[in-house]
Amino acid sequence: MREIQYDDLVKSVKAMVMHTASHLPEDALKAIEKAYEEEKSEVAKSVLKQILDNAHLAADEDRPLCQDTGLAVYFINVGEDVKVVGGSIRDAINEATEQAYKEGYLRASTCDCFDRHNLKDEVGYNLPAIIHFDLVPGDKIEIEYAAKGGGSENVSRATVLAPAQGKEGIKNFVKQVISDAGPNPCPPIIVGVGIGGTFEVAAKSSKHALFREAGTPNPDPDLDAFEKELREELNKLGIGAMGMGGTQTVLAVHIEKNPCHIASLPVSVNVQCHSSRHSHITL
Amino acid sequence: MAEYHMTTPLTDEDVSKLQAGDIVYLNGTIYTARDAAHKRLVDLIEAGEELPFDLQGSVIYFVGPTPPKPGEPIGSAGPTTSYRMDSYSPILIEHGQKGMIGKGKRNQAVKDACVKHKAVYFGATGGAGALIAKAIKSAEVIAYPELGPEAIRKLEVEEFPVTVINDTHGNDLYEMGRAKYEVKD
Repeated sequence: MREIQYDDLVKSVKAMVMHTASHLPEDALKAIEKAYEEEKSEVAKSVLKQILDNAHLAADEDRPLCQDTGLAVYFINVGEDVKVVGGSIRDAINEATEQAYKEGYLRASTCDCFDRHNLKDEVGYNLPAIIHFDLVPGDKIEIEYAAKGGGSENVSRATVLAPAQGKEGIKNFVKQVISDAGPNPCPPIIVGVGIGGTFEVAAKSSKHALFREAGTPNPDPDLDAFEKELREELNKLGIGAMGMGGTQTVLAVHIEKNPCHIASLPVSVNVQCHSSRHSHITL
Repeated sequence: MAEYHMTTPLTDEDVSKLQAGDIVYLNGTIYTARDAAHKRLVDLIEAGEELPFDLQGSVIYFVGPTPPKPGEPIGSAGPTTSYRMDSYSPILIEHGQKGMIGKGKRNQAVKDACVKHKAVYFGATGGAGALIAKAIKSAEVIAYPELGPEAIRKLEVEEFPVTVINDTHGNDLYEMGRAKYEVKD
């Protein structure tokens, strides 16, 4: 059984979280640059220019890209032949998150869902982190991380379609969600679509789909074609950067599918704003 | 699409000449407020009590900034989604507010208030928090410090870049822009 020290885990995750707040990853940057080149609307183009200038400024001066520094969301694959010594993995992730948000001058955004008071003083600064664990073969711990803002989360939706509605039904649902969202989720956006599984599996898959590098093809050729078709359809909506009208609304559509019940076709759409702050490390 | 440089407080004359799609560079004092602070302002108005700042000609920025690093006036400070303020904005506009800065759609009541009482809704670029912070020269919490990022701050801004979304003539840039680029099958 391979061992990883608790403190080493905290240190690695903390560094990743702090870096991600101010450094837009290459895939997002490239996708926005491409949108800037292809955009027809002058107004939208000027917005995309501001977004790119902001990304460069944030990286150069180590400032948060956006004031909504998000909830800290993790997908963690824990190898069956590795253990963390000195504490639990969950505690290490939460400790790293709290330290990174505090020391990086990031905003603490977690609150009680009813009375809305900020939980920083009792639960911890921007805690609890949202952690999805999975057990996998091997002796590594793989950690995927995203700082997920509220604006794009607010327009995300899930449903369960009738199987007969099929691909056409999925397309219509996705289109309706993005059309209703309009300017609110800070376009240009990345659209994560989770299909199949059960209700919650579809939702989780739509979130996980956002962690894939924008611009990389789906390994399943049928899904890859469906992604491209959806993107083209969504860009016909004309929403444009920050909703001011334009041809570049959706940078990418990412789909993850799962086997599902014979009676159901669950579909979830999770929207990611242009500030697609994500990272991953393997320990 | 015209460009203007304006200094707060804004007058009826200032806002009446603006058209959806115009770019405005704002200077002077603006105030920050999000949901919780809006609720408190409206409660004060309804109770007939004095507000923590003068609403006449004022511009309110919907923002909850990140904490400032030592020696800096403010952290990253881009706009938050505005619809959460829709139930409060018409009351503030009726009492003299002239400008709102945020991102995203407003409801019909807000748009109607903009026409009736002459006010405008400006859009700032969401997710450009580091860039926008450069236009903010000073920040001071003037009310509700217990709300943390949601406290009311008095900001001094220079050439703060915004785009007119809803003007005093009933136009909506989101609808106009989308109609222009929508491809119907």
